[in-house]
Order: sequence, then structure tokens, then C-alpha cells
Amino acid sequence: MPSARSLGRTKLVWPLAALGCLLLFNFFFTPNFFHMEVKEGHLYGNLIDILKNAAPIMLLAIGLTLVIATKGIDISVGSVVAISAGVVAILLGGDLAGHPKYPLAVAIVAALAASTAAGLWNGILVSRIGLQPIIATLILFVAGRGIAMVLTNAMVIWLYVKPFAIFGQGYWLGLPFSIYLVAGLLLLTALVTRRTAIGLFIESVGINPTAARFSGINAKNILLGVYVFSGFCAGVSGLVVCSTVMSADGNNAGNLYELDAILAVVLGGTSLNGGKFYLLGSMVGALIIQTLTTTIYAFNVAPEISQVVKALVVYAVSLLQSERFRHRIAGVFLKGRTVA
Amino acid sequence: MTRRLLNDRNVPVLVILALFLLMFGWGSVAYTGFFSVQNFLNLFIDNAYLLILAVGMTFVIISGGIDLSVGSMLGLATMISASLLEKQHLNPLLVILIVLLVGTALGFFMGCLIQFFDLPPFIITLAGLYLARGLCYVVSLDTIAINDGFFQAAAHSQVKLIGDNFVSPSAVIALAVVAVGAYVLRFTRFGRTVYAIGGNEQSALLMGLPVARTKIAIYSLSGFCSALGGIVFTFYTLSGYALDGKGMELDAIATVVIGGTLLTGGVGSAFGTVLGVLVYGTIQVLIVFQGTLNSWWTRIVIGFLVFLFCFLQRLFEARKGTTAVRTVSQVPAATASG
Repeated sequence: MPSARSLGRTKLVWPLAALGCLLLFNFFFTPNFFHMEVKEGHLYGNLIDILKNAAPIMLLAIGLTLVIATKGIDISVGSVVAISAGVVAILLGGDLAGHPKYPLAVAIVAALAASTAAGLWNGILVSRIGLQPIIATLILFVAGRGIAMVLTNAMVIWLYVKPFAIFGQGYWLGLPFSIYLVAGLLLLTALVTRRTAIGLFIESVGINPTAARFSGINAKNILLGVYVFSGFCAGVSGLVVCSTVMSADGNNAGNLYELDAILAVVLGGTSLNGGKFYLLGSMVGALIIQTLTTTIYAFNVAPEISQVVKALVVYAVSLLQSERFRHRIAGVFLKGRTVA
Repeated sequence: MTRRLLNDRNVPVLVILALFLLMFGWGSVAYTGFFSVQNFLNLFIDNAYLLILAVGMTFVIISGGIDLSVGSMLGLATMISASLLEKQHLNPLLVILIVLLVGTALGFFMGCLIQFFDLPPFIITLAGLYLARGLCYVVSLDTIAINDGFFQAAAHSQVKLIGDNFVSPSAVIALAVVAVGAYVLRFTRFGRTVYAIGGNEQSALLMGLPVARTKIAIYSLSGFCSALGGIVFTFYTLSGYALDGKGMELDAIATVVIGGTLLTGGVGSAFGTVLGVLVYGTIQVLIVFQGTLNSWWTRIVIGFLVFLFCFLQRLFEARKGTTAVRTVSQVPAATASG
């Protein structure tokens, strides 16, 4: 079966196996985990909740996957989420009757423009000035949350504009609307990267930027592009986050999201050393994180403690990715065999 | 003499010194009551914990690494000390010893992972950030107030200097850490090895320097400094709160970078870091004196300063570098150390 073999070759099988194990665990130990029902024409249940709650991280992970494929990193995405949420909130205004200050479309376009501009800033620092990606995006990580707080005047802005709620709370054909956003963006990204040479260019910049440049790839613009795109994705994610709680909190919106998104990408099989990326893997990674969180909730453990589990997962995954670790383990087994 | 003063190593430190004097001078002219010896000393009192974190971070960054866990390690230190003092009623000195041991042990653990399995410091310390923050909540979900006599005394006592001026015991601890840090970096074999690893780890290894031992020691040291910073922070707030030190890792990194330490490793000084912290503190005081600006502007100004200093560093490198070096350094990923 060629399809099964190609599935094994793509690294997707490992993240899927991990997700499968988590779901299996829940099947046996969490009562009603797979229970689903139709209420008011929408599907309800744990699985739908996982999809819905994972949406903001999935959106971030799409952009971040491409950044990491170039051997870069973008730690500013959480702050950009806060900026996007802040912009949309001040443009819609906190009018109690629900009349938006500016039309909804204007607010959305402005939020996306602001976050794309943030991405452009990161991209210029990395591709033109030549700063290390961690440092370049660190600047906006620090300043971005400050910008969001100054925008919202350090207050939580509550929104009452009903149509805006669709991004985070709306349903379409029985499924949460945010899922369609994720699917749309994912499809678009997959088409652009896999049906054109852009994906190959991104990977070659990640493997060896100098060689890529010598073979005629405009490495600088590829780098610029992935950071701009990552900013845009963070903007979309910000809209979903803001709409879910119908408020913009510059301090907490998107807080620590960058870590979850990086974790999702790494869990999905994209190596931090760049050169290869798996968009679908990153999506599965985001689902693993969300399923893990939901599982921990189901056991009545304080949500904050879930961070300890996440940390242990990161250690385990990075050890598995470490060549030295694998060699050492392989060495133990081989030694055993030769002795026997 | 001028040429020695103006050599490459000193230029960034002199720039930051000038910036600090400029900002402090501007504040003194613009706002009445800004200029006083006590106000200068307050910079050390209010930023003692940050100074301690930043000294540990200086070692890490000079070695070409990064430690993102220091903020939550500080939080963990405040939680453990508050919990042991108020719930277990242990002797305060024993509590301090335990906290320092826990911090050093966590740093040691991360250093071992980074060294033995060749893992990126960024990811390992990022996971450390999660781990320490999660452990805070394992200790307690609620804020714990500290009523212990020793900690109260440390919080309220003053060390008198000339005139009516004073510093807090925390500031004395911080300055001692700076002094020891500066001495170790400059005058010991360990310090030299830290610079050598940051300059080129492969060469350091070929020179027969104890790279593995030193790298693990660096992360243990950073863990120790985070724990000590946490204790000093506890003197400051007299409570343990699970969100203490949120985002502080970036303040620490920012002050180290502003202080002239190169993020690519190999260059930097503890003295520069002190100046970085002073500039950071002065920005905060200026914003307080200004009155109308929201305190979040501090973050924006800090972000801008980090940008400015990184940008200047790139300019210096580009001017010094030969063509070959420049081709490589144009592409950031190639210069990132593995």
C-alpha cells in the first residue's frame, strides 16, 4: 500500500500516534469524553471544544511553521495577538448598545494591517539588518505588549458589537466558525507553498542561506516574506481571541501563546534546525497541546499546573529530536546485542 | 591613553555610560527633586533583583547561550520561600539555603540537557520557564504573605551611607554579586573559558578548555542568580505570588544587551550590565516623574533601546568584518550558534 508507506515517511505518523494515545487514554479514563450532541443546530462536545480552543494556536502555528522552516523563530506572535485585539477593540469601541464606532470591516482590516506591519518590522530586522531571529522578535515581544497596553490605555475594553462574535463564538454548518478560518488559511498556505516553488525556496533558505542565494533564490525576500506572513497569522489569531471573550486585554491576550505555538510546530515534526516543514503536523501538534490541556482539566487539576506537564513534554520531544540522545540510546541497544 | 580607552571593547560601554549620564542629567534639569544622591541609590534599591538576574544572564549570553527561565525561576523562589516560612515555619536561613539549592539544581539540570544532548538553550530554558511557573502553582495557587521576622527585618532595615543617604540590604547583596561576577569574568580561568566558548565553542574545545563543565556551570550559576534574585525580590514584596517575575527574563536580557554584551557571544562585561540596569531604572523613574505617561511606555522604550543597541552592534560588526565574514553574517541563521 503506497499511501500507508508515504504516510510513514512523512513524519505525520508520530504526532498522529501521540494524539491517538491521548485520545485512547481519554476513551478509557475520562467519562463522556467522546460524547457529542446537537443543540440548536450546533455540534457540542469535548472534541468540538478542543478544535475550537486550539484554533488560535493553530493559526499562529501556520505562520510559525514557515518561519521555523527558515531556521528562524518568532517569539513576538503573542504580543502581536494582543496588538491585533487592541486595534480591533478601539476601532469598534465599547458602546453598550453595540453600535460600532467604525464599520466592522474597517476594524478588521486595520487589525490585520497592524499585525502585518508588525511582521514586516520583524522581517526587516532579520532579513535586511541581519539580527538573529530570537533577538529581532524579542524587541517586539517586549515592546508589543507595551504598545497593546498603550493602545487600550491599560484597560480591558469590552465589546458589544454582535456580528464580531462570529470569529470566536459563531457556528457555520454545525461547526465553530474559527475552524473554517484555520482550514481556509491552511489550505491557502499549503497550496502556495506546495504547488509553487515557494515551499522549496523556504526550505533551502533554512538548510543553507548562502547556498540558496548562490543558486539564485532571493533569500532576503523569502525571509522577509515568512515573517510578514507570521505577523498576518497572528493578526487573524488575535481577532479570534478577542472575539471569543468579546474583550481586549492587552496584558493577557495571547499571553504565552508564542510558547504553545512553537511547541505545536516542534511536536508536529518541524525541526528547529530548519530546512523542512510539516504544516499538517503543526496542526496535529496544536491539537495534542489542547487535548492535553483538556485532559488535565477533566482530572480537576488546576489549569496552571498543566504547564509542568507541557514542560516535560517539551523535554521529551527535544530529547527525541536530539541526534546525540538517539545515538546514545541506539548505542545501549547495539551493545546489548553484540554481547548477546 | 585615549586610544586604550577607546578600543573596541570599551566603546559600547562608554556609549551606554554617556546615555545614562544624559538621561539622568536630563531628568535632573527637567524635574525638580529628581537629582539627589538618594535617587541614584534608589536605582540600586529598586532594581536589586534585576541586577542579580542580569549578572547571571551576562555569563550565559557571553557564552553564546540564552536563559529564558530566569523570570519564572525568580517566581518559584518567592513561592518556595513564602511557603516554607509561613506553612512549614522553617528557620529563615535554612529556607534561603534550600531556595538557592533548588535554583542551582534546576539550572544544573538544564545545563546538562543542553550540554550532553546538544539541545538548543532557547528551547530547553523555554521549557524551564513553563516548568518553574507550573511548579509555582504546585506550591500554592494563592498569594502567601510573609510575616517572618528575619525577612521583615531584611525588608525594612537600611544601611546608612554618608549623610542621610542609605541603601537596602538587597542592594548590598546585588552589588556584592556584581563585584564577584565582574572578578570571576575578568580574572579567573572560569571567566576566560566563558569568553572562549562564546567566541568559538569548537576552538575552545580544541584548545583543551573544559567546555562541558563550564557550560553546565554557567547555567547552574544563572539558576543560582535567579534564586538569589527571588529571595531579594521577596525582601522587596514580602510575599510569594505565583506570577512574580512574569516577563522578567526579557528585562534581564534587554539590560544585558543594552549593557554592550553581544548576543552572538564572546563579548561583554558585568560593568556594562550594571549600566544597562541603571538605564532601565532611570527610564522607569523618568516616566514616573513625567506623570502623564502610562507605565507601559517603559516596555516600549526598552524595546526601542534594545533595537538601537542591536542595530549599532551590527553596524560595528559590518564595518570591522572582512568580505568573507560579511557574506556569512548577512544571513542571521548562519551566525546563530548551535
